Amino acid sequence: MAKVHVTTTINDEPAEYLCEPNDTMLDALRGPLGLTGSKEGCASGDCGACSVLLDDRLVCSCLMLSVEAEGHHIRTIEGMAHGDKLHPLQQKFLETAALQCGICTSGMLMASAALLQKNSQPSEEEVRFWLAGNLCRCTGYDKIVRAVLETAEEMRGAAQ
Amino acid sequence: MNVVTDNKWIGQRTIRPDGVDKVTGRAAFAADTNMPGMIWGKVKRSPHPHARIKSIDISKAEALPGVKAVVTARDVVNFPVDKSVMLGIQDMRWMCRNVMAREKALFPGHPIAAVAATTEAIAAHACELIEVEYEVLPWAIEIDDAIKPDAPILHEFLKFEGKPSNIAGRQEIKKGDVAQGFAEAEIVIERSFATRPVHQGYIEPHACLISVAADNKTTIWSSSQGQFMVRAMTAYLTGIPQSDIRAIPAEIGGGFGGKTIVYLEPLATLLAKKSGRPVKMVMTREEVMRATGPTSGSKSTVKIGARKDGTIVAAQGTFYLQAGALPGSPIRGAVGCSFSPYDIPNVLSVGFDVLSNRSKVAAYRAPGAPIGAYAVECVLDELAEALKMDPLELRLKNAARQGTKAAHGPVFPRIGYIETLEAAKAHPHYAAPLGQAPGKRQGRGVASGFWFNAGGESSAQVNITEDGNVVVTTGHPDIGGSRAAIANICAELLGIDYRRVSVLIGDTATIGFSNLTGGSRVLFASAMVVTQSTDKIIATLRDRAAKIWEIDPDAVKWENGAAHPVSPNAGQFEPLTLAELAAKAPQMGGPIGAGVQLNTEGAEGGFGTHICDVEVDVDLGIVRVIRYTAVQDVGRAIHPSYVEGQMQGGVAQGIGWALNEEYIYNKDGKVDNPGFLDYRMPVCSDLPMLDTVMVEVPNPKHPQGVKGVGEVPLVPVMAAVANAVHNALGKRFCSLPMSPPTVLEVIEAKP
Repeated sequence: MAKVHVTTTINDEPAEYLCEPNDTMLDALRGPLGLTGSKEGCASGDCGACSVLLDDRLVCSCLMLSVEAEGHHIRTIEGMAHGDKLHPLQQKFLETAALQCGICTSGMLMASAALLQKNSQPSEEEVRFWLAGNLCRCTGYDKIVRAVLETAEEMRGAAQ
Repeated sequence: MNVVTDNKWIGQRTIRPDGVDKVTGRAAFAADTNMPGMIWGKVKRSPHPHARIKSIDISKAEALPGVKAVVTARDVVNFPVDKSVMLGIQDMRWMCRNVMAREKALFPGHPIAAVAATTEAIAAHACELIEVEYEVLPWAIEIDDAIKPDAPILHEFLKFEGKPSNIAGRQEIKKGDVAQGFAEAEIVIERSFATRPVHQGYIEPHACLISVAADNKTTIWSSSQGQFMVRAMTAYLTGIPQSDIRAIPAEIGGGFGGKTIVYLEPLATLLAKKSGRPVKMVMTREEVMRATGPTSGSKSTVKIGARKDGTIVAAQGTFYLQAGALPGSPIRGAVGCSFSPYDIPNVLSVGFDVLSNRSKVAAYRAPGAPIGAYAVECVLDELAEALKMDPLELRLKNAARQGTKAAHGPVFPRIGYIETLEAAKAHPHYAAPLGQAPGKRQGRGVASGFWFNAGGESSAQVNITEDGNVVVTTGHPDIGGSRAAIANICAELLGIDYRRVSVLIGDTATIGFSNLTGGSRVLFASAMVVTQSTDKIIATLRDRAAKIWEIDPDAVKWENGAAHPVSPNAGQFEPLTLAELAAKAPQMGGPIGAGVQLNTEGAEGGFGTHICDVEVDVDLGIVRVIRYTAVQDVGRAIHPSYVEGQMQGGVAQGIGWALNEEYIYNKDGKVDNPGFLDYRMPVCSDLPMLDTVMVEVPNPKHPQGVKGVGEVPLVPVMAAVANAVHNALGKRFCSLPMSPPTVLEVIEAKP
């Protein structure tokens, strides 16, 4: 089968790649695009380690075909910091030890960022349900939920 | 003299050295690297739970364009079944049969062959072209089916009481005389329990990338709980000497014990050798669930006898643990840990290692101990109820303390079990009223737990850079923040900012032998070798300052990151900082660095006591944990956030084990739920905040007082949850998981 040429935008930069028609977006990110920050934990949309934003919508990149990126904008963990300035969520995760092994962290951060974009004042329950699609086996989620709540509060403070 | 003026870094919540890489996606895990010319490996797996392999025809697979190599059991070094060859706790007789089926396929998912091809798709297709002729045999999955008289035997050569048997081993510990003890008891409670096998559930599937040059020089990139274990097992199973293998530890995406053995590395090495190309292998989640881990399912009976005042006079436990298809279930943990929190004069604890046609178990967080504690702590709850005693008071009355001879042998030094009980009793959680809601019932339970902890071999190298900063290399994969704790310790000893200390995990060619990341041993052992290395460096720095000042080295002290004269009598000199002494190193004797290798001793056991509140929906059978407090004697919390993290993570895994996690088998003897959707681990919305109380009773045998903390927090959880469910419903559950259908069954059962 001939490969498909895809033209898209990744983390605000124009990008193009060749992929198999049945490749997932995650295959393209980790393969030709070399963006291995998105992880494959299950390939079935259950663990969320591959979470990315498709035009600001949170998706599991393992459930999206790579050809579907044509003409769209994909944001990955590699685009979260600005230069050497970390996103407030990244900084908070570091400061509060909201990660242990780190394999779920990329997906957790992408999902948390998507939440805070939609809802700047989430309750604990809203955070927990929003992140229910992102599995973490190390932390018991406690420090992750606290990190998201604290970041939300600080970002609201900074915005005022 | 090294003067540490205040606790600047030990106990501080510093930023971990590997943190920025992990929040920016830079950190390289096992599946994140490639090599030029790399091809892909895939495993052909058995569809049968039990079958004799009559023939394997690989010709069609080999002929498929793009296929570069096919290997079968013939290519793996055979370890005959009549002679044990141990590597740590693993027997290579069983490892060689686990990585590739030899005489028989022993579980669905058991590797039969492996293929390397230019693409993953071609490799997968080639696996389908391998023709295997099987003689399908009767099989047994559950313990009862495996130990009944006419059970299908997995290994004819394994005998129990003189006959071929699926009981592969027995272990017993004994203290006093239980018969006499029970005769003295005024109340005796005996109950039987069952638990299901549960998977470690690491999110990162097993993966490796391996290159073998024509001269056998082998480079392994993989994630594991021990690069030295990977090197040794790969050497054993491929015949390549260890000195030719360089095993590089990738960042590890969770292990919990499950990555203390190899699955893919020997196969990828053989494929790389045969093909002459680097080979990458990555398991699918389904392969992880079918063919790796889990921990044992179990059946156990526990009997405890006490006087009316609550004094326990005798205890007996019998624990049957599933090994999976090859021997090696963690009976030691079940037999040895269950009664250790208590000072009981008469104890008999016996464990049996039971084979059945499921994947070979791997270590899982305090292997065996949670299974034993579940049974013992539930019986204690019932005993407290029968005696109308507070369950924490019952435990306090019988708690092990300094000088208690534990059932498993040792006499305890200063331990902190009583402190955990006192802290739990005093915690506001224990006194808080339970809530009420229509259709819901709330309950509270408590339980305790013990884990041995471990020491063993560790190596460290500490080097001072030319600009006066520090690089520490150790040999243990960091799965929970050990690098952060090591930075705290080294910075504390040197009296410098922790950010000046880089901590790295060396590969097998760059750091001395270091045993597995397991047994809650990493910080205990690494702190010892890093402390001794740093002390040597401080001695060198004092020596050099003494030379510069032309005074005696004993007249120089190291304080706050610099050499100072010990007193005005020693002379008037401006302090010499680490950076100044590093800059002078070329003229003053050369590079500054020190390495230490030790077989560490003095790892003392750890204790925890947990309080759990549940809410049961009596219409749906759903149990939710609504409040949880874990109290643990942590020795000394070098980095409190990562100690809390271990406690919270262990609790979450225990809640999954208690309420939902189990393998579901279909009528063909295959796992029917080999994925995260149906194998239901706790998600964020299932759990409340998990409160932690760190009780610090320093380990007297460790320079910083460190005790292992990673495994204890899983041990009490299932009993704490089960006791809470009993408190809510007034009904005892003697098997796990307490999933909605089983809870409804108990609620709706006629009395």
